[in-house]
Amino acid sequence: MTAALHYIATDWGQMFPLLVENTWLTLYMVVVTLIFGGLLGLALGVLLYTTRRGSILQNGVVYNVLNVVVNIVRPIPFIILIAALGPLTIVFVGTTIGPNAAIFAMVIGATFGIARIVEQNLVTIDPGTIEAARAAGAGPWRIIFTLLIPEALGPLILGYTFVFIGIVDMSAVAGAVGGRGLGDFAIQYGYSRFNWEITFVVIVVIVVLVQLVQFLGNWLARKALRR
Amino acid sequence: MNSEERAIVSTIVQFDNVSKVFTTTQQVVTAIDGVSLSVEEGEIFGVIGYSGAGKSTLVRLVNGLERVSSGTLTVAGQDVGVMRESDLRKVRLGIGMIFQQFNLFNSRTVAGNVAYPLRVAGWKKADRDSRVAELLDFVGLLDRAHDYPDRLSGGQKQRVGIARALATSPKLLLADESTSALDPETTQEVLRLLQKVNRELGVTIIVITHEMDVVRSIADRVAVLENGRIVEQGAVFDVFSNPRTETARRFISTVIRNQPSPGDLDRLQRTHKGRIVNVEIHESLRIGTLLSHAFSDHGVQFEVVYGGIGAIQDRSFGSLTLELNGPPGGVDSLIASLQSVTSVEEVRS
Repeated sequence: MTAALHYIATDWGQMFPLLVENTWLTLYMVVVTLIFGGLLGLALGVLLYTTRRGSILQNGVVYNVLNVVVNIVRPIPFIILIAALGPLTIVFVGTTIGPNAAIFAMVIGATFGIARIVEQNLVTIDPGTIEAARAAGAGPWRIIFTLLIPEALGPLILGYTFVFIGIVDMSAVAGAVGGRGLGDFAIQYGYSRFNWEITFVVIVVIVVLVQLVQFLGNWLARKALRR
Repeated sequence: MNSEERAIVSTIVQFDNVSKVFTTTQQVVTAIDGVSLSVEEGEIFGVIGYSGAGKSTLVRLVNGLERVSSGTLTVAGQDVGVMRESDLRKVRLGIGMIFQQFNLFNSRTVAGNVAYPLRVAGWKKADRDSRVAELLDFVGLLDRAHDYPDRLSGGQKQRVGIARALATSPKLLLADESTSALDPETTQEVLRLLQKVNRELGVTIIVITHEMDVVRSIADRVAVLENGRIVEQGAVFDVFSNPRTETARRFISTVIRNQPSPGDLDRLQRTHKGRIVNVEIHESLRIGTLLSHAFSDHGVQFEVVYGGIGAIQDRSFGSLTLELNGPPGGVDSLIASLQSVTSVEEVRS
């Protein structure tokens, strides 16, 4: 054990309200990102799936453009993506500092990640069921909403649960570059001040949070899959 | 028959020199090659062929799941070859379809599956519910309405498929290899149901299959498809009692195993000293009466050594292999008298 570990006694009377506030901030950023990134990613993933060759909205140009854009954005490390999105963030949010600026970059990052997960889950749907829906007279939009999404719901829920953890990770990175939240809190009060106790408590909070969401996701997916 | 005469009377599906070409970056494949045929209202029309013959493509042209490349395809008076996709959707409401793998929606209950086409057609919930109950009663699955498809057996799944296909009371039902994934007993159960659909509801059915038994059991007329072309078509009995192509002949041999194979013939010739002949049996031939005179008229004794008699479309049909013993002249005259009423083929070593 290093001396640093014992050097500063944590003042929990001061730290606890900060911990609570930052936990809420993280939850706020993650939930808002999950909602907007989730919806945008769903739309993008559905488009990727339905515009591919032989699918219900087959369109080579749209598919290739989307596919290339997703492939370009997805491999960019999130910390660099935030920096690169700076000018756009100023246009849309007005600042690059604070939770809302972080959310903007997180939504962009999450959208592209989720798009691939959605596409991959839709690919597993039996094409025969889509044919049956077409034979019944259903159009592409009806097929998307009444067949594709319901048929893939279980795996989609698990996919979103998986993404949730990725977004928590993003929020910590975003915190480090001006976003606030648990990541920022752990770095400012834990890492920078050699206060391992704070860092440790933040880890526990995040682990509990992720476990709760994973549990909820599994439960919902089981309901959707009726297993 | 003249196809234009039929069109006035009751033709529901008319192919006129229809072709379907698939173009990929690597190659051009002609799946359907100049097919002409007409399906009459109220009949069960079979299309039989080996896998890769183009059967599934042929049936998908009818409801526009695949689009015609050339030729004219008329369904219930409408040219589906030139229709827009949005108009085709309305046509599809009047055409049911069932599939080899049933293609039920796993995210919906049995009732939800059957209700799906009704939702598409814009029915109100109360009307949907009563129609679904009526259909499930018709296929005998009313008690499984709230189960999910993964709880059902193959035969039950196909019955749900049939109920779903009939939901909007279509005049035409397309059955794409609808019994190929089922065991023989369940196949018969589903075929009986299709027959009931045809007879009680007056639904015209196009049955696509590679199983001769399916055609023999329920079809009125049949087309034999090979490499995207129709090589034979006509009434089931006519085509199969008098096949003109090797393909048709092979299909018949899968259900009527009454012709001895070369191996059987070797054995028969080793174990029987007399002359061996195959005699074709058909409805009006009184073979017993004819043979009862064999000895008195020709001095010939006979033995039945192979063969069988079955039925196609409720008409007797088959072949018997006979060993004939007697003076050469007598055997010749017996063969000649049989040949005057049916086809006789002598087996020589």
